[in-house]
Amino acid sequence: MVKAASTFGRSGSHDFILLRASAIILALYSIFMVSFLVSADVITYVTWTNLFAHLGMKIFTMLALTAILIHGWIGIFQVLTDYVKKTGLRAFLQYAVCVALIVYWLAGLLVVWPVEGV
Amino acid sequence: MKKLNISVYRYNPDVDNAPYMKEYTVEVEKNRDMMVLDLLLLLKEQDPTLAFRRSCREGVCGSDGLNMNGKNGLACITPLSALKGGDKKIVVRPLPGLPVIRDLIVDMSQFYTQYEKIKPYLINDDKTPPARERLQSTEERAKLDGLYECILCACCSSSCPSFWWNPDKFIGPAGLLNAYRFLIDSRDTATEERLNELDDAFSVFRCHGIMNCVNVCPKGLNPTKAIGNIKSMLLNRAI
Repeated sequence: MVKAASTFGRSGSHDFILLRASAIILALYSIFMVSFLVSADVITYVTWTNLFAHLGMKIFTMLALTAILIHGWIGIFQVLTDYVKKTGLRAFLQYAVCVALIVYWLAGLLVVWPVEGV
Repeated sequence: MKKLNISVYRYNPDVDNAPYMKEYTVEVEKNRDMMVLDLLLLLKEQDPTLAFRRSCREGVCGSDGLNMNGKNGLACITPLSALKGGDKKIVVRPLPGLPVIRDLIVDMSQFYTQYEKIKPYLINDDKTPPARERLQSTEERAKLDGLYECILCACCSSSCPSFWWNPDKFIGPAGLLNAYRFLIDSRDTATEERLNELDDAFSVFRCHGIMNCVNVCPKGLNPTKAIGNIKSMLLNRAI
């Protein structure tokens, strides 16, 4: 068995399941956002604010950001272990991407949570 | 008579600083087809320094796996007429992704190391072995069809980008096809241990199902399907 400490899941099957489970959430979120943007006549600050003021939308957004965190973490581990052969460089790149993903998650939480309807 | 233009990968580390492509011309009878191996033997008459492996010349031993006009296959059972663009030029290279020892001969150690990892032999923990053979039903035996025929020519694994990038960690299609052959064997009792050894981020799951292996297998086998079955076994256990 190959030991790999820098991926997100505990095993190959755990990574596999997490990738697909997070992909479903991301697909649903993308479909929802695209249909919202296409179906709205005009998008103003008010419609946008009211959308994100809804508790369901806040949770859905945070769920999508969590899915991006997990999906991106495993995905970048797979890409980097394929293409970057220098361990130090690979560790640095993965560290940078994972920190960025966590920052997105935290920033998303702080941006979305306080939104109140107009 | 017609002339065939052939370009062959040459590299002898004792004398060459770098690999190069050497151009050859061979005259053959018009409207006559031949196998790539026959052509290589004609080239070797012209240039005895050309090195390549071959043995059975009938697609059984798996020695002459080569890259011919961009596609891996066995030289002994690949007719010139089957080569894409072969009427214009024939390009013969060693199997990609494996270290070259000389000319068309590659070092298959990494490939065999991965094969060894899957323990390619029957494991049975019966305290008292049967007096005669271990019997299988017709259905149980049928499950091994499409798996046991692998001749370990490495055409599949050396056409797989996942194996190119991680030949020390990803088992590769040939090894995994054989792993499934023992996982599904009704006489083998080490299924759980075998699955434990494969359940990491590389061994099986680095296969993304691009099916290059299926495209090139000279025996017409389907490693992608076997790998899919191993993934299902691993996931059934995990969920």
